[in-house]
Amino acid sequence: MELVFKRPECLIDVPFHFCPGCHHGIAHRLVAEAIDYFKIREKTIGVASVGCSVFMYDYFDIDVLEAPHGRASAVASGVKRARKDRIVFTYQGDGDLGAIGIAEGIHTANRGENITLIFANNGIYGMTGGQMAPTTLLGQKTTTSPYGRDFTYDGYPIRMAEMLATLEGSAFVARVAVNNPANLMKAKKAVRKAFQMQIEEMGFSFVEFLLACPTNWGLSPLEANRRVEEEMIPYFPLGILKERKMADYL
Amino acid sequence: MGDQNPEKMLVKGNEALAMAAIDAGCLLYFGYPITPQNDIPEYLSKHLPPLGGEFIQAESEIASINLLLGASATGKRAMTSSSSPGISLMQEGISYMAGSELPGLIVNISRSGPGLGGISPSQGDYFQATRGGGHGDYRMIVLAPSTIQEMYDLTILAFDLSDKYRNPAMILGDALIGQMKEPLLRRRPEKIDLPPKDWALTGAKGRKPNRLKSLYLQDGELSEHNWKLYQKYERMKREEVRFETLLTEDAKLVVAAFGSMARVSKSSVELAREEGMKVGLFRPITLFPYPEKALHDLSKRVKRFLTVELNTGQMVEDVKLSVDRDVEVYFYGRPPGSLPTPEEILEEIRKYYG
Ligand SMILES: Cc1ncc(C[n+]2csc(CCOP(=O)(O)OP(=O)(O)O)c2C)c(N)n1
Ligand code: SF4
Ligand SMILES: [Mg+2]
Repeated sequence: MELVFKRPECLIDVPFHFCPGCHHGIAHRLVAEAIDYFKIREKTIGVASVGCSVFMYDYFDIDVLEAPHGRASAVASGVKRARKDRIVFTYQGDGDLGAIGIAEGIHTANRGENITLIFANNGIYGMTGGQMAPTTLLGQKTTTSPYGRDFTYDGYPIRMAEMLATLEGSAFVARVAVNNPANLMKAKKAVRKAFQMQIEEMGFSFVEFLLACPTNWGLSPLEANRRVEEEMIPYFPLGILKERKMADYL
Repeated sequence: MGDQNPEKMLVKGNEALAMAAIDAGCLLYFGYPITPQNDIPEYLSKHLPPLGGEFIQAESEIASINLLLGASATGKRAMTSSSSPGISLMQEGISYMAGSELPGLIVNISRSGPGLGGISPSQGDYFQATRGGGHGDYRMIVLAPSTIQEMYDLTILAFDLSDKYRNPAMILGDALIGQMKEPLLRRRPEKIDLPPKDWALTGAKGRKPNRLKSLYLQDGELSEHNWKLYQKYERMKREEVRFETLLTEDAKLVVAAFGSMARVSKSSVELAREEGMKVGLFRPITLFPYPEKALHDLSKRVKRFLTVELNTGQMVEDVKLSVDRDVEVYFYGRPPGSLPTPEEILEEIRKYYG
């Protein structure tokens, strides 16, 4: 029988600690597949952020460094400048990158650091128990927006991908989702492309994932999946927002 | 055996420090402009690129310290420099570096506070430097130069100690030491034996993956980690204390001062001697580990200490903690604004000499 579902080699054979129906595990898997695809496990350094994905080092069979909350992109820039021939990526939540670490994220992109940022946007602070995130949708109830996010109090959800795509320093910017097989395939391609950009030294690459957090959305895994389609994607459109070609340098 | 052909030059303290960084093999610098330390990034932005090094003018000191954290994690020597308000912004990162056992040099050419304060010399950051500054139960190696030559020599030492102990190290200077020009003998250091950096993140090639982190959630893990750090700090206290004494053998009163204040106090001690008073100087060079044992030993003979600081009283607490119980510890402090003259300190010496 043909083996159709295989654990990526650079993922350690342990169960994820994520809640049932959480999409973090799927995003982890796609990153691991890209590392396998390019056979770069032995030269890749991952930078974990503070959030539900902090235990990245328990899952990825690669060198991993833990950054303070929000600082992963600065930490990764430091790693890359010190070891330019290594492949460096961060995996950051929406609170991590979109709120506390937004300055580091913008300036890392603007410097055109040749690293890859994986942005896990679930519209909520998962790890701390479901508080409002900078990406929480208008009207969305969280533990700190109990009446629903109201722009007169809380402002609007931030579109990170669009913002970073405006910067000259960014080479590749995409937004993906993993809520159905078609989107999953596109996500896989986007992550691969992001790492390829780094390998080819094209500059800063960024993939925003729209991820479900069933636990803190108060939904079942299936309902959460549907919410990604019906509520998140309309506000956070999917696609490749920017792709620099080698020719742009010439 | 040091450098056979040391170069002699007349340089600013900040430049001496920058040269030392390069001579220590540090080719990675990250920083954000702030007076009175700008000569350091300015010098390194010019000299690092031709050497194949990296210079990043970061968007903030928060970014600077985290760039340093990342670069140090790869096993390369790296540094940042700033002045007081910027060092405040770095405290979280320093705590993470201590927790993850990462080396790295942080330079504080301090200015006066609190708040925006001013740019005049001050020693108001002594507590911040020696008491941790950031959160958690950690210590940082802190060296306090008082000459331009020491700005060079102690910077090289700071890199070595930082690597030896896998712990962040700080040079604590101020505007006086940073801006002043003095002759420097640039003796490039010999390589010394340091433990291999087998913990560094270089990609898991031919070995198990390395992980650098400060999060410990398993039962008992964090307490064990804290005890391990404690053992390291205790070892520093046993092996790395450095201080200077001047004319203490027959002294009846000893002035205790560090950094720029030790320079001024030295002149005051000499003036006191000219007047026939038996006065000496005790100058801690390592502020952590603090020379508490040396001070304690000294206090068995000398019963009067005058601590002189460019603040309203910080290191004086360490002097009091170190000396014998029957010792009188006096304090002369000067908040930011102007430096005391040697004569002003001499006046204090006369007052307490008895
Ligand atoms: C300086 C600091 N402030 C706050 C926290 C607490 N904290 C931990 S994770 C987190 C938010 C995580 O949310 P996100 O980045 O969206 O990741 P998720 O858990 O949703 O994947 C916060 C606020 C912290 N660890 N450090
Ligand atoms: S709280 Fe949300 S983001 Fe965190 S593991 Fe559970 S489902 Fe995933
Ligand atoms: Mg989140």
